[in-house]
Amino acid sequence: MLDFTTITTAIDQYLHSVMPAPAATLTECAIVAICAIAAYLVFAIVMIFMERKVCAAFQCRLGPTRVGFWGILQVFADVFKMLIKEIIEIKRSDHILYNLAPFLVVMSSLITFCCLPFAQGLQVLDFNIGVFFIMAASSFGILGILLAGWSSNNKFSMIGAMRSGGQMISYELSVGLSILTLVVLSGTMQISEIVEIQTQGWFIVRGHIPAIIAFIIYIIAGNAETNRAPFDLPEAESELTAGFHTEYSGMGFGLFYVAEFMNMFIIAGIASALFLGGWAPLYIPGLESFNNAMCWIPGIVWFLGKTFFVIWLLMWIRWTFPRMRIDQVLVLEWKYLVPIGLLNLLIMTICVVMGWTL
Amino acid sequence: METRNTYIGNIIHAAKSLLTGMRVTLREFFTRKITEQYPENRSTLHIPSRHRATLVMPHDADGNNKCIACGLCQQTCPNGTISITTKTVTDEETGKSRKVLAEYHYDLGACMFCQLCVNICPKGAIEFSNEFENAVFDRKKLIIKLNR
Repeated sequence: MLDFTTITTAIDQYLHSVMPAPAATLTECAIVAICAIAAYLVFAIVMIFMERKVCAAFQCRLGPTRVGFWGILQVFADVFKMLIKEIIEIKRSDHILYNLAPFLVVMSSLITFCCLPFAQGLQVLDFNIGVFFIMAASSFGILGILLAGWSSNNKFSMIGAMRSGGQMISYELSVGLSILTLVVLSGTMQISEIVEIQTQGWFIVRGHIPAIIAFIIYIIAGNAETNRAPFDLPEAESELTAGFHTEYSGMGFGLFYVAEFMNMFIIAGIASALFLGGWAPLYIPGLESFNNAMCWIPGIVWFLGKTFFVIWLLMWIRWTFPRMRIDQVLVLEWKYLVPIGLLNLLIMTICVVMGWTL
Repeated sequence: METRNTYIGNIIHAAKSLLTGMRVTLREFFTRKITEQYPENRSTLHIPSRHRATLVMPHDADGNNKCIACGLCQQTCPNGTISITTKTVTDEETGKSRKVLAEYHYDLGACMFCQLCVNICPKGAIEFSNEFENAVFDRKKLIIKLNR
């Protein structure tokens, strides 16, 4: 299987040979940042297009077909429309916080995006507390949402942000518990190592029942984390207009929109890295020729295939279920998901201690 | 119903009903899509026969219509869409004078396609056709003379 560390090491050595060490490090940082932002935008475009097509298919429609072949230029048309819109300065808003908020949200999702293991060695941030870092970095996006609601000087934004905050902070707990279940199974918090272990079988198979329960909890909580239906309470057209981004126009709104989509990608990416094996190919013990054939498919294809499968699952959920009330959302989290998650963690620990895993 | 009152029963019930919904949407995901790609599919476009697009007065091969100029359609039209002018002609055989249709004007722009005129016509002289591409740049062009 192609290991990207050889390529990155070669680039690193080349840069060190032509310039002094600090400059080389700086150049590498710049290259990585550009690549990460470019990948972030490309995936955002792909996701927005996919959302439109998948949503249309679930509603027995075709989706965009006019702009470009099969409607592929539709997203560019949307972005262009958003770029030429006026950015309205709200008179009595807190200008600094108001302008800072969308960047906080995007920054949080961009940092988390960098932790995803796209292929062997193709990962920007990888250290021994990777899972913990992902949890921390993804949680500070909520600060941006709360700031957006607070600084807009609008009661709808404020209530929407409060709802969003309540929901996201609650569901962070379930996400954390289900990820912790997988950490118990893998015995490490380093993302690359977690994926490495799964070349000998994906965790959703090796952890059997507790892993599947954790996966279901993770999918539900992840959907709530991204503020998408059936958990799209921050955006309630009838009572709160557009929630925390009511007052945003133009690219301010665009950043929230992109961040929301990329959060879905990140949720799906983490799900595929932790549960479905990341870039690890399908492994069936005993079938050596089959496993070797699977290894010929590049890791990045495996990772993106799994990630987009999970995204499709999330979209399936989004376009199937009606939304819940805020009290139902909180009851689901605190009375069902958290107790089940805790119990599931206990079951997983027992399984691991007794050696009942595959 | 009793299972829903217990904690575990509630979860099982929820899972069942959610899976039912997901099965329905999954089937919908793979069904043939019903979107009509309008200008491209003009040749194969299917318009239901009862679709009311514009009022027409069918003429036979000799150019005669069934209208007897009774004026019922004009009276019944809620929007005043139809206006009929009549003329009196004398029958050559009997020598009696008879009222016949001179001009039948129909304003497509004011019509709300309620079909009252078609229903009330005693002779079935008018009907709605499927010709739906009626867009014009001038409202005056929407006032159509139906008889020939």
